[in-house]
Amino acid sequence: MKNVDITQLRFTRTHEWVSVEEGAIVVVGITQHAQELLGDIVFVELPEVGREISQAQELAVVESVKAAADIYAPVSGTIIAVNDRLTMQPESINADPYDAGWIFKLQLSNPKELDDLVDAEQYENWLED
Amino acid sequence: MTQKTPLYEQHIALSARMVDFCGWQMPLHYGSQTQEHHYVRQHAGMFDVSHMAVVDCSGARTQEFLRFVLANDVAKLKASGRALYTCMLNEHGGILDDLIVYRQSETDYRLVVNAGTRAKDVAWLIEQAKQFAVTVVEHHEKALIAIQGPEARALFASCLPLQAARQVMALKPFHFTEISDCFVAATGYTGEPGVEVILDAKDVVIWWKRLLDKGVRPIGLGARDTLRLEAGLNLYGSDMDESATPLESNIQWTVSLTPDRSFIGKAALEAQKEAGNIPRLVGLVTDDRVILRHGMPVFLNGSIGIITSGAFSPTLGISIAMARIPAGTERQAEVEVRGKRIPVKIISLPFLKKDPL
Repeated sequence: MKNVDITQLRFTRTHEWVSVEEGAIVVVGITQHAQELLGDIVFVELPEVGREISQAQELAVVESVKAAADIYAPVSGTIIAVNDRLTMQPESINADPYDAGWIFKLQLSNPKELDDLVDAEQYENWLED
Repeated sequence: MTQKTPLYEQHIALSARMVDFCGWQMPLHYGSQTQEHHYVRQHAGMFDVSHMAVVDCSGARTQEFLRFVLANDVAKLKASGRALYTCMLNEHGGILDDLIVYRQSETDYRLVVNAGTRAKDVAWLIEQAKQFAVTVVEHHEKALIAIQGPEARALFASCLPLQAARQVMALKPFHFTEISDCFVAATGYTGEPGVEVILDAKDVVIWWKRLLDKGVRPIGLGARDTLRLEAGLNLYGSDMDESATPLESNIQWTVSLTPDRSFIGKAALEAQKEAGNIPRLVGLVTDDRVILRHGMPVFLNGSIGIITSGAFSPTLGISIAMARIPAGTERQAEVEVRGKRIPVKIISLPFLKKDPL
């Protein structure tokens, strides 16, 4: 696993991480905690590129040996890329959730929604509750 | 309240993810259950199964007692050192538990029963044993390790003195031997060759470490479940319980209905056989990118069944499941997975047609 500085990421209650890139683009994946809970990931159902989605909408499914987990849009926008590598190597999410295991990229439609996300410290606090 | 096996500290030291299983703290996996699964199919893995109970029955009429309380016939065990897989039934033919019975002598038999049913089983056995004056003793000072995989038996034997190693290597399936403090049986729950070993709890950590040193890897309950499912072996509590009889659980071969004995549940099984239309426990497979899971409904022509166990099969690379469906001859069905109907093929078990010997 590459060293990703998770203090630079934003998080949701539903265990997605969000990396804000230049040009109002965000990269989304699931957290280390989420992949540990799920166990070995077997299939990933990716969203369609070009699809417009609103915040909190279900748009992908990660299916593990233990359970199927819905992935929710952390913010509204348009899907501009998906991680096709996950089709053949879904275990990338287990091995490297914050880098090789990214799931999709969104073009933000409402940057204000980023304020709904929390930082790593707050996310860790949630996990402890 | 949860109980720990004598190997609990070893699991923690190996960074196992622990889960509660029938009131016991057990390892789910030690990193990746998929890799553990492959390691057992290709090499050798070991499972802590010390949550299962060792129950010894002894007395002059032990054979008569076990012929009455078990659905398979212990009279098939013509010599000591042999074992038999069987169900224990209630009066309605419902399965109280599935277990292995070992004949140690003409008057001494050992039973190994499931963790989730051990209290119920022991109470039932003690009650039924009264009329035969048989003594039933549940051991609490024993530990059990299953060592499974194509290399398992040789690696285990390499830890023994030469004479004992030869004895272990020569064991036929469902035979066992007792070497000083080790009870070694050629049985298992993975579809692979290997042994299951019962030993004193105080010795088990040394054995565990010795086997680790030999290259036998620890395997958790996650891989244990996918290994047994591929091999078409039922899991008590999922694929069968008191609401099902052996005849509807794909283990009719373990029931001996010969006229020379009566046993608990026999009349109910005969009546079910006579009535016909017996539900079937079958295999389902699909190439779709979904996982079939316990409890999902199975739709057939005009009838409905239910998935009892399901998983992604690491060995076959497809999704597999066991399902209980009504009597019939259908070869196709549909399973509802998260709101979608997925076509599945109905096949006979096991999924993995591999001769374990």
